[in-house]
Amino acid sequence: MLKWIVLAPLIGAIINGFFGKRLGEKLIGLIASASVAVSAVLAFFVFFTKLLPLPVGERLITEHFFTWIKVGNFQADFAYLLDPLSGIYILFITGVGLLIHIYATGYMHGDPGYYRFFTYLNLFMFMMLTLVLADNLLLLFVGWEGVGLCSYLLIGYYIRRQEAGDAAKKAFITNRIGDFGYMIAMFLVFTTFGTISFVAKGDVPSFLTQAAALSPEAIWTFGTMTAIALLLFVGATGKSAQIPLFVWLPDAMAGPTPVSALIHAATMVTAGVYLTARCSAVVVKSPTAMAVMAVIGAATAIFAATIGLAQNDIKKVLAYSTVSQLGYMFLACGVGAITAGVFHVVTHAFFKALLFLGSGSVIHGMHEEQDIRKMGGLKKYMPITFATMMAGWLAISGFPLLSGFFSKDEILWKTWSTESLPHGWGKFLWVIAALTALLTAIYMTRMMVMTFFGASRFGKAHGHDDHHGDHHGDDHGHHGDPHESPAVMWIPLAVLAVLSIVGGFIGVPAALGGSNHFEHFLEPVIAHVAPAGESAHALPVATDHGTPHGAPADHVAAASAAPAHADAHHDVGTERLFTVISVLLGFLGIGIGAAVWLKNPLKPMSKVLENKYYVDEIYETTVIQPLEHTSRDLLWKVVDVRIIDGFVNGAARTFAGLSGILRHTQSGYARNYAAVILIGAIIIIGYFGFLATR
Amino acid sequence: MNLITITTFLPLLGAVALILHSLFWAARGTSKEQLDNQYRWITLFFTLVTFVVSLLILPGFDSSQAGPQMTQKVAWIGALGVQYFVGIDGVTIWLVILSTFLMPIAVLASWNVTKRVREYMVFMLILETGMLGVFVSFDMFLFYLFFEVTLIPMYFLIGVWGGERRIYAAVKFFVYTVVGSLLMLVAIIAVYIYNGATTFDIIEITNNIATGATIIPAGIKFWLWAAFALAFFIKVPLFPLHTWLPDAHVEAPTAGSIILAGVLLKMGTYGLMRFNLPLFPDISQKAAPWVMALAVVGIIYGALVAMIQPDMKKLVAYSSVSHLGFVVLGIFSFTELGMQGALYQMLNHGISTGALFLCVGIIYERRHTRLISEYGGLASVMPRYSTMFIIVALSSLGLPLLNGFVGEFLILIGTFSSTVPHAKLLTVFGATGVILSAVYLLWMLQRVLFGEINRQENAELEEMNWREKTALIPLVVLAIIMGVGPMIFLRGTEKSVNSIRESVQSIVKR
Repeated sequence: MLKWIVLAPLIGAIINGFFGKRLGEKLIGLIASASVAVSAVLAFFVFFTKLLPLPVGERLITEHFFTWIKVGNFQADFAYLLDPLSGIYILFITGVGLLIHIYATGYMHGDPGYYRFFTYLNLFMFMMLTLVLADNLLLLFVGWEGVGLCSYLLIGYYIRRQEAGDAAKKAFITNRIGDFGYMIAMFLVFTTFGTISFVAKGDVPSFLTQAAALSPEAIWTFGTMTAIALLLFVGATGKSAQIPLFVWLPDAMAGPTPVSALIHAATMVTAGVYLTARCSAVVVKSPTAMAVMAVIGAATAIFAATIGLAQNDIKKVLAYSTVSQLGYMFLACGVGAITAGVFHVVTHAFFKALLFLGSGSVIHGMHEEQDIRKMGGLKKYMPITFATMMAGWLAISGFPLLSGFFSKDEILWKTWSTESLPHGWGKFLWVIAALTALLTAIYMTRMMVMTFFGASRFGKAHGHDDHHGDHHGDDHGHHGDPHESPAVMWIPLAVLAVLSIVGGFIGVPAALGGSNHFEHFLEPVIAHVAPAGESAHALPVATDHGTPHGAPADHVAAASAAPAHADAHHDVGTERLFTVISVLLGFLGIGIGAAVWLKNPLKPMSKVLENKYYVDEIYETTVIQPLEHTSRDLLWKVVDVRIIDGFVNGAARTFAGLSGILRHTQSGYARNYAAVILIGAIIIIGYFGFLATR
Repeated sequence: MNLITITTFLPLLGAVALILHSLFWAARGTSKEQLDNQYRWITLFFTLVTFVVSLLILPGFDSSQAGPQMTQKVAWIGALGVQYFVGIDGVTIWLVILSTFLMPIAVLASWNVTKRVREYMVFMLILETGMLGVFVSFDMFLFYLFFEVTLIPMYFLIGVWGGERRIYAAVKFFVYTVVGSLLMLVAIIAVYIYNGATTFDIIEITNNIATGATIIPAGIKFWLWAAFALAFFIKVPLFPLHTWLPDAHVEAPTAGSIILAGVLLKMGTYGLMRFNLPLFPDISQKAAPWVMALAVVGIIYGALVAMIQPDMKKLVAYSSVSHLGFVVLGIFSFTELGMQGALYQMLNHGISTGALFLCVGIIYERRHTRLISEYGGLASVMPRYSTMFIIVALSSLGLPLLNGFVGEFLILIGTFSSTVPHAKLLTVFGATGVILSAVYLLWMLQRVLFGEINRQENAELEEMNWREKTALIPLVVLAIIMGVGPMIFLRGTEKSVNSIRESVQSIVKR
């Protein structure tokens, strides 16, 4: 059953890929959406009827498809693993994925590459589901690189646009840098534990179980675990756009907007968080790695938020916002609140997909205009888009009781109260995170105000810009007033809006009167951090328990036996106080945003921010150009041509001079040469043969 | 008749048939075009039959056996103990099939050759017998003979049917290779003599060395190892012995490049596995860190230089230097993972790089230029071609579920777990090749396929025809099969690879 969740979109991709050209738009869209719908139905079915009824702590379903690579004692299978973590992921991936597919059938209407688009999009679903359902690090890597490929293809979807191609290439290569870290981590896991599987194979326990059982005192444990965790995190910085590898994500907005929503906001970019959660047993063994993660996460969060303040392309604002929100998720992981990080992944998938699709609806309605300076007053033209985007805006800004509020609030609180970082770090990181929350509310409000409120600033100049003119068919070529998008587009918006509003209730923390189903559900598969200074007791060895398929499998998160509810002693009063503070920050941000930009929507922003701190330029001059120069002007033109070939040709000339005497033997016929070689060989052989037989 | 012998000499038979046809059988008054066409079809027929016959080896192959199978052993030059000894084992079975598989594709890629078609096709067929002979020989003398036989047709393919600087490239190719192989000949004879001068039988000599029955003096051992190694390193080619390769590739006709990259380079890596490791296990052990270091330098160097090439064929040629560096790295890791990966990577490189050269050849035939800057925006003019080109490039840069990934991954994880000194560090450096290959290949794709069509010539390019599709599609399909189902291929190679590995490892224990 699990394999069909993964394979259904692949089948859709194959059908559309091979025959799509001959099928009409309707049929292509139907095949693509239906294949994802099959996945979604199966995913919900397996989740609620198979996984959920299992007793807590034994929620694990595995399925072996086929053996992929087995050499010596190394084995990697196409085998799938469903547990609470992958369960949550497949639910929102297939759910949000389906909505975006439906939306895209409207958004891409009239595009000449319609079938190509849906082939890639289905292929993406296949890869993403492979990623989250993989039962070992290598299969996860297959999905990991696979989503990268689809991202590449879809960013570069408008094949004639130079900047689309550049952005696609940049995305792939930047991700490859991260993948390099992932690969080395995988090698280390294999040489350290002898397996790369998340579940036990035969009598070999999973590497997570083994890691959890390691005694924390051993120096090598610390060193190796830190190395693995950091290398995995290098992979995560690539895929999830963290400092220093975030530069590809904003450029990735060159792809069609549904792609930005699905891949570059809701699903793929959160794969790094998934990886961290999946390997939590290793990660929590290294306080160093966690500290790095927390600091990078917080730094990325505030850094991207400040850039987001000054962007004028509606999708760029959202892109930097995504980078910033991903920073929150890693901050959560770093402070030991991995469940909170995953919670934010889910709520973010709702509201960010909504915001992107909403922006797509705006762009669509504005005839391919993306510059918010040329918008304004759109709320009367596009009431549904406006209303739904409102929900997204308030959710991300932390408006009370909306989805983003609960998840972000939890991250802020867990950061403040963390026990896994050295004393004082949590407080400092909290300040950064809180500032980011304020900035988030400000830049989102700025974007909303400039787009929907105030006076219209279009009319004269809007229309086809040179750089995004050619991709939509004639249907949208007409000029005129902005218009509301068709139902096939706004219905997904409405569904996502509802989810953005109520989605947070799955994880209301106890301090706010909830029961935090989300955390309790996820807890058994996430390893806990031993509080700093208290790590003296080795964690108990994980218990073996059968899977529904009978295989003796130790559970993924071996550390499930770790002390649960370490946070029982939290001061509920303080937690509530912090909730109040986050609410106030959100309101303050919205207030500032409204006050400033309602009055002056075109307020000039700092050049440094507008130019993204010149990070791209810095990389260009410090890494890319030197590499090119060295390769061309030193390695090729000097080492290859002058030194090596110089030597070879010099030697040849010397011999040519010598052989001037012997030139008469050179008839120019290679058969003569060959004959000479053969005769010579025979003479030598004969000579030695003679010697030997004497 | 022995199946291996039939496979090996069928192409030669084809060459004879071709000549006979031209002399006697062809109807009088046939025009040159018709004759040329007949030569093409005859050659295609023989290469296809050879491929089919080589596939017949598979059902009879016993993967539980390490040594040579389906052997044929006939005394040849009795006085010297030279035998005609051919057979197949796990190391060579797929190399043989790769060779027979690539030949019809190379012939299809040569369809537009109009200059001296008969001679061209005869050389192609002789070349095939030569390279099959290299892989099936279990007699050192025979091996050497075939090793040299491949040289001559290739020399002519480059020198006669090549591009503008064909003479320079052909001579450079010839001299480089001959220097190495003559030294190898001396080493072969020396090994022969130390073994008692009775036989050139590789299996026997290897066994004698493993059991200690034959002892090569310590002082001379290194030099013999080096003589073999030099011949094979040049062939691979390992940095810094690689500079013949870019010239040879750029000047060679498309088919020449396909065979050169696809098969001839593998003779080098195969030789290392067959000769250097089992004959000189202790020297191989000692040399391993150095060889691995050169391999890693080659991986990075080849990739960096590939990155800035303005000429597509040169780019692919330098990428070969990089990819073959991975193979050498895996071989000298002395781990099952690394060596299996190396063997797999040899096959992968044949498929992917062969396909890359084919892709370059397809547009070269249309535009007569290989300069990247001459192209741009081809994706909207030749969409099918572009899709294929992208898949091929992705397979070459090691994308999972395509062939290249499996090989690279096994090599790297094998090297990482190797006991050779500094293996871990070298792996980390080598793994940067994974990043760099994405850089140079995607950059090329970007400039050739994407963006606006800036030149009128490019706007009018024709999509692939049936012949080009027939040549390219099997490669693409195989790249996918080998990426998804590597065990189909890896199962059969396990035993033989392990026996070579053990011959090296046993030295450590002693």
